Amino acid sequence: MSDQLIFAIEVILNGLMAGVLYALVALGFVLIYKASGIFNYAQGVMALFAAMTLVGIMNGQVPFAHLINAIFGGHITHFGWNIPALLAIILTMGVMVLLAWAVQQFVMRHLVGQEPIILFMATIGLAYFLEGVADLMWGSEIKTLDVGLPQGLNVWIDDTTYGIFGYGFFIDNLDIVATVIAALLVAALVAFSQYTKQGRAMRAVADDHQAALSVGISLNFIWVLVWSVAGFVALVAGIMWGTKSGVQFSLSLIALKALPVLMLGGFTSIPGAIVGGLIIGVGEKLFEFAIGPMVGGATENWFAYVLALIFLVFRPQGLFGEKIIERV
Amino acid sequence: MFYREAGDFKTSYQADSQTFPIKFDRYRYYVVLAIAFGIIPFVINDYWANALLLPFLIYAIAAIGLNILVGYCGQVSLGTGGFMAVGAYACYKLMTAFPEVSMFIHVILAGGITAAVGVLFGLPSLRIKGFYLAVATLAAQFFLVWLFNRVPWFYNYSASGQINAPERDTFGIIITGPNAPAWATYLFCLIFLTACALIARNLTRGTMGRTWMAIRDMDIAAEIIGVNPLKAKMTAFAVSSFFIGISGALFFALYLGAVEVGEAFGIQKSFLVLFMVIIGGLGSIFGSFAGAAFLVLLPVVLKVVGADMLGWPTDIVAHLQLVIVGGLIIVFLIMEPHGLAQLWRVAKEKLRLWPFPH
Repeated sequence: MSDQLIFAIEVILNGLMAGVLYALVALGFVLIYKASGIFNYAQGVMALFAAMTLVGIMNGQVPFAHLINAIFGGHITHFGWNIPALLAIILTMGVMVLLAWAVQQFVMRHLVGQEPIILFMATIGLAYFLEGVADLMWGSEIKTLDVGLPQGLNVWIDDTTYGIFGYGFFIDNLDIVATVIAALLVAALVAFSQYTKQGRAMRAVADDHQAALSVGISLNFIWVLVWSVAGFVALVAGIMWGTKSGVQFSLSLIALKALPVLMLGGFTSIPGAIVGGLIIGVGEKLFEFAIGPMVGGATENWFAYVLALIFLVFRPQGLFGEKIIERV
Repeated sequence: MFYREAGDFKTSYQADSQTFPIKFDRYRYYVVLAIAFGIIPFVINDYWANALLLPFLIYAIAAIGLNILVGYCGQVSLGTGGFMAVGAYACYKLMTAFPEVSMFIHVILAGGITAAVGVLFGLPSLRIKGFYLAVATLAAQFFLVWLFNRVPWFYNYSASGQINAPERDTFGIIITGPNAPAWATYLFCLIFLTACALIARNLTRGTMGRTWMAIRDMDIAAEIIGVNPLKAKMTAFAVSSFFIGISGALFFALYLGAVEVGEAFGIQKSFLVLFMVIIGGLGSIFGSFAGAAFLVLLPVVLKVVGADMLGWPTDIVAHLQLVIVGGLIIVFLIMEPHGLAQLWRVAKEKLRLWPFPH
């Protein structure tokens, strides 16, 4: 096999792994959009918020330490204890549920029945708000997150491929773990929405709000539930991205990367989010590999959007989206 | 007491359909214009011009432009930063290629070039609607910023990758570069803002504005009653991008002077202008002014109160600003989805009856 082809295969594999991470973020969008028709721009910031909270809890940081110091003087920083990763993850999940409740109670409840675009704007406001709160709570410096996930070159794949092609593929252990976790997460979500009472209620709300209300499903509860599940997905995505590239502001920008994934897959489809993520991941890595050097590189910044744009012109509802029917 | 129609008789159609039909309102408008053109240029200094007035004037132009697209035509765009960058780089290329031509011409041409780019990126709006379109305009945002970053021709092969505004004049008065007097840059922007507001106001209440609003309210119904969606959407994109291009050119040449594209015209700028439009009021020219003033003032006030008076570290003030802006947007959307412009309208109604409300 020629070198170029082997390189290309490696690029495709890495693209698939990156795509899984995009899909993880996109999943959170799809869940909320299906259940409440809200396009939640804050999903990326939720991932950032979750990751920062996790790091903060693990290191025993005092929340709002900077603010307290600024107002009252003093130099509080840490409680002086460290919390094991698993317990910290559970605590963070508690915070995300609380957040979901607060969002529903103070924001979304008051906006029921508004136009979708107003709801979208509200989530942009929420994104800014959360980002500010996260920075105030835990400080804005870059943090490292280590919950014990394996990282670095996977030696087994390197050795095996070296034996076959005479060239070792570089694949990060973390990406493999992320793929497995993403698969588990999707399976869990599907099982949850198919086989549990709350999951069925969630699907009912997604189908028809009024019909769901009329058979006695509490919309308020379901929306809190959906935001909590989205918060959980954000936490998982935050852990993955945070471990990969540190917990910092750019984490919230992956929300923007998830948008073309959604457009490709369709806003309403969970498989769509996965397939879209894989297509975008592979597409942008291959494009950067093949065309990037000719046009100055860094094409990953825009390739996904342009691909989605061109694709949408031919199929406006995305790959798996519900057919858009318009009536006057 | 105020805003009373009593005794204010109209004897011609022209008088009846003017922008400010109530006498009090009209005089207020003349007074504002007189102060803006006649008094401020004589008392202005560099701090006021750079901290408040220039950003306000320039963002107001951008907000009017985006309001035409989002508020009047209903096409959500997140590509404002990219289009401002087109205006800035077009202006830069024109300034360096034709140094002797007046800046007025350059800025208007930059607006025209941006309009062409805007139409190009607006074409998909015929197929893509709603959120999908909002995300599609992100393609414009990221692609344009990347283009200006990576193709050296756009920044004249300068080593830093930045563009710097050379010294240019109009009617013999220097208005760009470090030696430009504050009053000249202020007046230059003010003239453009006044012209843009007048054009926008008259476009939006004419045939063109009505077709835009028909498309916004329900595009299929509009098509059935004979509105050409191609024409309506493309004109909205063109006019909107024209204004945004002008504001981008002014932002670069008069306000910043030196620009690094990713920093000055990134996605944050798109959101900032969008927030101005939402907080000010969708579908209102006055709202664009109010929103721009609000979001230009807010950081300055917070900085004065937080950092100067209370002595807090600047990073905390910056984070608080995020919280406050985000919170305000949510509060506004809950309390008054139509923004400051609607508050103003309500206040006016109250003032008409004051002090005898019954």
